[in-house]
Amino acid sequence: MNIEDYHGIWVFIEHRDDKIAPVSLELLGAGRKLADKRGVQLAGILIGENVRGLAQSVFQYGGDLVYLYDDPIFRQYRTESYMKAVIDCVEKYKPEVFLYGATSTGKDLASAVATDLATGLTADTTMLDVDVDTGLLEASRPAFGGNIMATILCKKHRPQMATVRPKVMKALPPDAGRSGLIIEETLSIKEEDLRTKVLEIVRETTKKVRLDEADIIVAGGKGLGGKNGFEMIHQFADLLGATVGASRDAVEAGWIDHAHQVGQTGVTVTPKIYFAVGISGAIQHLVGMQNSGLIIAINKDPDAAIFQACHYGIVGDAFEIVPMLMDAFEKAIHGEVQYGGKI
Amino acid sequence: MYLLHIVACIKQVPDTKVIKMNPKTNTMDRSSAPAILNPYDAHAVEEAVRLKKRYGGTVSVVTMGPPPAVKAIKKCIEIGADEGYLITDRAFAGADTLATSYSLTKALEKIAKIKPIDLIICGKMTIDGDTGQVGPGIARRLDIPPLTSVNKIVEINKAQGYAVIHRKLEDGHEVIQSSLPCLFSVEKEINDIPYSPLPNVLKAARYKPVIWSVDDLGDVDRTLLGLKGSPTIVAKVWPPEKPKGGERIEGTATEQVDRILSILLERKELLGARGRQQ
Repeated sequence: MNIEDYHGIWVFIEHRDDKIAPVSLELLGAGRKLADKRGVQLAGILIGENVRGLAQSVFQYGGDLVYLYDDPIFRQYRTESYMKAVIDCVEKYKPEVFLYGATSTGKDLASAVATDLATGLTADTTMLDVDVDTGLLEASRPAFGGNIMATILCKKHRPQMATVRPKVMKALPPDAGRSGLIIEETLSIKEEDLRTKVLEIVRETTKKVRLDEADIIVAGGKGLGGKNGFEMIHQFADLLGATVGASRDAVEAGWIDHAHQVGQTGVTVTPKIYFAVGISGAIQHLVGMQNSGLIIAINKDPDAAIFQACHYGIVGDAFEIVPMLMDAFEKAIHGEVQYGGKI
Repeated sequence: MYLLHIVACIKQVPDTKVIKMNPKTNTMDRSSAPAILNPYDAHAVEEAVRLKKRYGGTVSVVTMGPPPAVKAIKKCIEIGADEGYLITDRAFAGADTLATSYSLTKALEKIAKIKPIDLIICGKMTIDGDTGQVGPGIARRLDIPPLTSVNKIVEINKAQGYAVIHRKLEDGHEVIQSSLPCLFSVEKEINDIPYSPLPNVLKAARYKPVIWSVDDLGDVDRTLLGLKGSPTIVAKVWPPEKPKGGERIEGTATEQVDRILSILLERKELLGARGRQQ
C-alpha cells in the first residue's frame, strides 16, 4: 500500500425517507474542517435507490463531491450490498480518511468494510483532528467506560476510518449557493448473490423515547432509592414537558428501561436543560450529558462529582426540593396563563 | 433432527463501573477492578443456551485472553454452555479489533473442524473496548453474513438453512432473513439472565476448558496477530477534561427552589409548550 496514493476526506451519507441523517450532516461539517486543513476535497458516498436528489444537500452542507450508487438493489441497507459498493469506491478513488456515523447502520458497515480492507477503524469517536503534514487522523474517544480519553492513530493503512458519535460534531449552516460534482458509479450485484433479505421494516409509532432529540431532560439516579422514588422523576418530567433520562445505576436496578439511559453505554444527549436528580455523576454518565446547554443538579452528597459538571447545584434532599419546585413551577405557569389571558 | 452447534464469542473485561483512577497520575488502577465476563457477552451466551433448549444442540464459547480468562469461561458454563475454548499466547497481546477478529476466526475454524458451526453469537460490544467491531469482523473473515443489533431471534431453520431475526434500529426494527451459518451481535435486551441452576454451577466449578496456543491453531499468519497485526495504535491517553463546576445554590429549600424557578422561567420558551397544555 502506498499511502501517498490516498487523498480526500469521505463521509458515508446515511439517509432515510429522502432525508440525510443528521449525523451525516454533522460529519460533513467536521469533514470540511479536516479537508480544508489538508487542502483536499470532501466527498460524500451516497448509496440507495432514487437518492440522486440528496446530493445537493451534501454540497450545501460542505461536500465537494458525491460518489453515487443509485440502484434498486440498494433500496434497503444491507451489510453485504452496501459494503460491496463502499469497497468498490474506496479501491477506485482511494480516500485518506473515511468517516461514518456511529449509528446501527454506520457501525455495522464500517466494521465489515474495515475487515475487508484490513485497515484501522476507531469506534465512537468524539474528537477529530488531522496532522497537516502527515495526514494522520487523530481520532479521540472515551475509553474504559469514559474513565480515560484515548487518541487512536492508524499510521500504515489507508483509508483511516472512524465512526463518530451523533450529536458531537457540528453541521455547517447550509449554503444554498454551494454546488459540487456527482460521480455516478455502477456495480452489478445480483439479488441471488446476497445472503440476507429485509422482510419488513417496523417503525415504532408508539411513544418512543428519543432522548437524543429532547430539549429538556429530567434524569434520575441511584439517590432516588427505588422504583417509587423514581416515579417523582416521571411526574417532574411530565410537568416540564421533558423526557425522562436515567443513570446506569437506575437502569441496572430495573427502575426504568435501558432506552432511557444517558452515558457511555447509553445515549449521548445535548438538551437545552438537563436535570440530574440523585445522580452522583460517574464519569460514564458525564460523558453522555456534559454538552447539555444548562445542567442543574440536585444531590444530597455535597462531594458528588455531578456538582463539578453542572451549571447550578443544589445540595439537598430531592424528595423535598423537587415537589416544592413542581409546586412553584405549576403556580408560575398558571400565573403566566392568566396574565396572558388578560392581554 | 437437525441439532445446532452455536458458538458464543466472549471476553473477560475489567469491570469499568468500579475501576478507580489514580488521582495523582491520572492513570487507571486496574487492580481496583475485578475481572468479569463482559456483561453483553453473558446475553450472547444466554441466547445461545435458549436456542439450544428450543432446537437441541451444543453451545460452545470461545475467548482470547490471558490464562485467568478461564474464569469467564466457567461463568458461561454456569449459564449453560457445554464447551469452552481459550486461546492464549503472548503473540496475541496488544491486538486491536482487526487482529482480534483474525485470532478468534482461527480458533473458530479449528472448532468448526471438531464440530461444524451453524451460528455464532457475540455480545453487542465489550465494556472495556466499547467498539462492537469484532463480531462483524469475524463474520467477514469467515465469509458469513454479519447481523448486528439483533434484539430478537424469530426462527432458526437448519433444515432449510436460514434464520429470521429482528435487527434494532434507532426508531424500530427490521425483520431480516439470512442464510445459515451467520453471525449475530445481540443487544442486551434480547433476554434476561436467570440465576444459574445448581448443576451448572457445580459443573462450572470442575470444568476445564480446552486451551490452545498459536501453534495449536495451525495455519496462522503471525504478522496478523497482536500488536503487529493491529493497524491502529493508541497514541495518547489522557484524563477527560475536568468540568469546572458550577454555582452552588445555597440557602433554605425555599430559597433554593425560588432561584431554580427563576432560572427556568428565564427559559420559559422551552417550557411553554407544556405550560399551554395545562
